[in-house]
Amino acid sequence: MTTERTAPARPMTRVRWLEMSAVTGVWKRETTLFRRYWLSTTFSSVVEPTIYLLAFGFGFGSLVSVVAGYRYIEFLGTGVVATAVLFSSAFAGMFATFIRRVFQKSYDAILATPVDVHELVAAEASWIAAKAGVYGCAPLLVAIAFGLDPSWGMFLVPLIGFLTGLGFALFGIWVSAIVPSIDSFNYIISGVLTPLFLVAGTFFPLDGLPQWARALAQVNPLYHCVQLVRDAAFHVRPLDDLYHAAVLAVFAALMGFLAERKMRARLID
Amino acid sequence: MDGTGVALRVSGAVKRYGAVTAVDGLDLDIRPGTCLGLLGPNGAGKSTTMRLLTGQSRADAGTIEVMGYRIPDQSKQARALMGVVPQQDNLDIELTARQNLEVFAHLYRVPAQSRRAAVDWALDLAHLTDRADTKTEKLSGGMRRRLLIARGLVHRPKFVLLDEPTVGLDPQVRQELWSLVDGLRSEGVTVLMSTHYIEEAERLADDVAVMSHGRVIARGRPSELLDEHAGRTAVEYYGTPQRLQEVQDIATAAGLPSRRNGPAVSVLRADRISAEVADKLGDGVHRPASLEDVFVLLTGEVIE
Repeated sequence: MTTERTAPARPMTRVRWLEMSAVTGVWKRETTLFRRYWLSTTFSSVVEPTIYLLAFGFGFGSLVSVVAGYRYIEFLGTGVVATAVLFSSAFAGMFATFIRRVFQKSYDAILATPVDVHELVAAEASWIAAKAGVYGCAPLLVAIAFGLDPSWGMFLVPLIGFLTGLGFALFGIWVSAIVPSIDSFNYIISGVLTPLFLVAGTFFPLDGLPQWARALAQVNPLYHCVQLVRDAAFHVRPLDDLYHAAVLAVFAALMGFLAERKMRARLID
Repeated sequence: MDGTGVALRVSGAVKRYGAVTAVDGLDLDIRPGTCLGLLGPNGAGKSTTMRLLTGQSRADAGTIEVMGYRIPDQSKQARALMGVVPQQDNLDIELTARQNLEVFAHLYRVPAQSRRAAVDWALDLAHLTDRADTKTEKLSGGMRRRLLIARGLVHRPKFVLLDEPTVGLDPQVRQELWSLVDGLRSEGVTVLMSTHYIEEAERLADDVAVMSHGRVIARGRPSELLDEHAGRTAVEYYGTPQRLQEVQDIATAAGLPSRRNGPAVSVLRADRISAEVADKLGDGVHRPASLEDVFVLLTGEVIE
């Protein structure tokens, strides 16, 4: 043993319910792993919205020029932000969390250190949400390249992406702790996520839909994300936007409650 | 140790999984600075016991105290002082050896200014300094196990849990790990090591607790357990099944413990074999008695 000795572990003086050092410990693992896969993540989050914008923009945009009072590039460029946030957060919450818990047993290793389940869930969800906030801007940048006018309000988009991403990351974590096997995610993707992202006013406005579908959209968190992004980009409407943000916050809180409970049941026996 | 005098105290711990009782009234204590070997076959409840100590399993009954902290209420404080080396390799294989240690230096809250030194120290401990920047998936099985152990030691814990630290490794690699564990003990670290390798317990443990069906059925220094249950030497007899049966009958009649041992019968407490009985038994091979003999005598089970 040639290396200089470090001080032995010291007793913890006091313990709070949610400790930042527990959360940053989990973030450290995430940021270290991220250095390995950032290129593929960045590639897909830039290329995917580009394809949507091209396909819908040229395919649909040739038929319509104005949608719900917006130029189609404006409508689509902001709408695709929500799908980017949804996919990056819900998929990471479902697949990454499931793989780490079941196959890699990483969470067993983490929970043997001074990290509790709720801190683990908070750290994982906030990290996924932060990525969703950043990558949610990719479609906007691509749309700007295709002719969307930049505006100051767009600087709010990462925050909206974070809040929405937090809810869907926690939704994904919750689902990952419910499903019996990784194949079961197909039910969630086809049965829940696809309808959510189609009926959110992303690619086409909700006005043309029947009354019941429009009512359903009100409880679709993604619809509120889309509204917030459009308002941030074009014209802020404080009261409406506060309402949309509140819905997203309630969604995140509810999912957080469910995710923590189910993960605890799975990780602590 | 926090005024309690023990590093670990478990009283009457019970853990049930449905109809299965994995830990069934377990009592266990460890003096600070010693190594306790938890010896038992697969399914004896060793791994469940380890999980109970970190609060990752919750006991249905009984009390557990680690370093003076009540588990599970104060398990976080206890975990900060504990280092856990799981049986199953759960390293991040896509990270390098150094990165794995860095992450756990964070998780174990090593202060920022000493993290670098802690990671270097752990790399050195695992003899991985020159492989520090190799991806974990490219390391050999022995190296990975050393890294797994170093990961649980990066914060210099006072109490280390080693769950089957050498299972599935080559004899040579196992020897290396033994010297690592021995080094810990000589530094005053308290070690709880589960194993089903008798030799491992004999080499490393100050004290051995023999576990069967979720409880401790014998406890003591390896030499004490031998004296109490098997004596120091044994004689092995080979032959046909009839001959083996005959040997066992003679031993039983003479009041000597015996056990089947693969193709042979071992008669234990060989020092007590009288000349007359030795004549009847015929030619045998003398060997030192082992904890395995103790275990088989106590449980009737054979450790695989």
